[in-house]
Amino acid sequence: MQRRIGQSIKLILLILGAFLMMFPFIWMLATSLKTLPEATAIPPIMFPETPQFGNYLEALQVAPFGLYLRNSILVAGIATLLTLALTVLAAYAFTIYEFRGKTVMFFLCLATMMIPSELLIIQNFITISKLHWVNTFQGIIIPTLASGFYIYMMREYFMQIPSVLYKAAKVDGCGDFRYLMRIMLPMNKNAIATIGILTFISQWNSFIWPLMVAKDDSHRVMAIGLLHFRDAVSSQVNLQMAGATIVILPMLIFYLVFRKQIIEGVSRGGIKG
Amino acid sequence: MSRKKIGRPENPLGNTRFSGRAYLYLLPAFLVLAVFVLYPIVMTLRMGFYESYVYLTDVGSGFGLSSFRYVLRDPAFQLAIRNTLIIVLVGVPITIALALGAALFINSLTRGRGVFQTIYFIPYVTSTIAIGLAFRWLFHSDYGYVNYVLSFFGVAPQKWLTDPNLTVVSVTIFTIWNGLAFKIVLFLAGLQKIDPQYYQAARIDGTPPRRVFFRITMPLLSSTFWMVVIVSVIHAFKTYNEVYSMYDGKSAGPGNSAITIVYYIYDMFFNRSQVHYASAAAIIFLLIVLALTALQKWISKRFVHYV
Repeated sequence: MQRRIGQSIKLILLILGAFLMMFPFIWMLATSLKTLPEATAIPPIMFPETPQFGNYLEALQVAPFGLYLRNSILVAGIATLLTLALTVLAAYAFTIYEFRGKTVMFFLCLATMMIPSELLIIQNFITISKLHWVNTFQGIIIPTLASGFYIYMMREYFMQIPSVLYKAAKVDGCGDFRYLMRIMLPMNKNAIATIGILTFISQWNSFIWPLMVAKDDSHRVMAIGLLHFRDAVSSQVNLQMAGATIVILPMLIFYLVFRKQIIEGVSRGGIKG
Repeated sequence: MSRKKIGRPENPLGNTRFSGRAYLYLLPAFLVLAVFVLYPIVMTLRMGFYESYVYLTDVGSGFGLSSFRYVLRDPAFQLAIRNTLIIVLVGVPITIALALGAALFINSLTRGRGVFQTIYFIPYVTSTIAIGLAFRWLFHSDYGYVNYVLSFFGVAPQKWLTDPNLTVVSVTIFTIWNGLAFKIVLFLAGLQKIDPQYYQAARIDGTPPRRVFFRITMPLLSSTFWMVVIVSVIHAFKTYNEVYSMYDGKSAGPGNSAITIVYYIYDMFFNRSQVHYASAAAIIFLLIVLALTALQKWISKRFVHYV
């Protein structure tokens, strides 16, 4: 009996917590469908009398959210693919080769894990300016591509593939690059998916760097575009929330579809913080 | 995952193969690391020691500690340190306590684990900037829900976003809400690694739940727990997005009252173009993060398990 009461209290607290976690989203969605007087009523009203779907049309007219979405997909997608390519190649070299400076280079990889990326923005912005990469996609993407942590993590996985396979492949005349593509990659699908998902989410939500580099709508990702939209509609909270909902929606759908892989990936490799 | 030696890793291929081709594979990653990670560190260190610096012409003059002196004496930086410490020392313990509680509760469920995990994790994947817009209005002193709910408990309406004494409180609340997701997932992963046999044994012996928690769960969760603590502290030291999204980006609240260390660096560099001061602040920030990372390494060595 006592156990049951304990269970019920836990469940009630969990539901209450879940409600608090969801509340900003529920309020955001509800407010995006309100008229302005409803949205600024005192005391606040939770739900609109009739949902104003027109708010979304109006939001889409003020700011090119479709373009922002395209930019976000482009930036996060390309950055993820390139990060994976750089990570896999470097980790592979650390796994199968011996070479001069290996220890030093591997140590450098580990050392960069400790450097907060916020430290780098000053000089990187200066570098980008000198390369005339301000307000370009390569300016947003390229400085973020190499991660010592992921190289280290990928190598840990590569090291677990038995060497017999490599020797057998060599006997059959398989080159190193082909061995990577045909054996190593398929055998480490999960690790690659983990790194890919983590990179994609962090790229999608990255903020301070794209904020500095992007100067016009054709290079703004969703979060940055949203801030410009906010300034454009000033205090029209219902429109602001329509914009915020538009920005949150794609990632939310992506999350709900891949939630298992995402949660697993974050608990496995998310310690980077 | 047993091989963790850094120095000279055993080659799983047995034979040692020296090859120059290795550099070809390493080139892309190390080119980016060199230009956009290592070079900026060196340059930032250099710029921090200049007494004045113009970045367009790359001309610096006077070498010394004057930038550090300026930054450390700057009331805005002191405020940034104070606010960041509030977020770290008040926000992080609350987040961890709540996350641990939620993870324990979710883990003890027989049904519905997945649903709660899915819901609690949403803030991790959604854009902080977009949610920050919502929090801005929820904290609004006239039509925000926070004051509305508090009014039921007889609390007078507070100016969460405009009272300089309260801005850091609202930012801290936002960081707590925003940080829970990640910590719950890490705690759940740690809890699921505990062998259920311990709990079965405890049940057979009729061990009271409190004792089970302190004698079984906490000791076996300790490595996860300390990792989460350190990661959260480092993360909290980097607080920036929450501040930026709750205010308009031109200042961190009235009189910059919600300023954090990273916000200070950004503001010094981007809004005021004082590169040497921004660099000096960034170096101080780096030293803090390095000290915390060293602590993390020490802890992860003491508690053998890795998350």
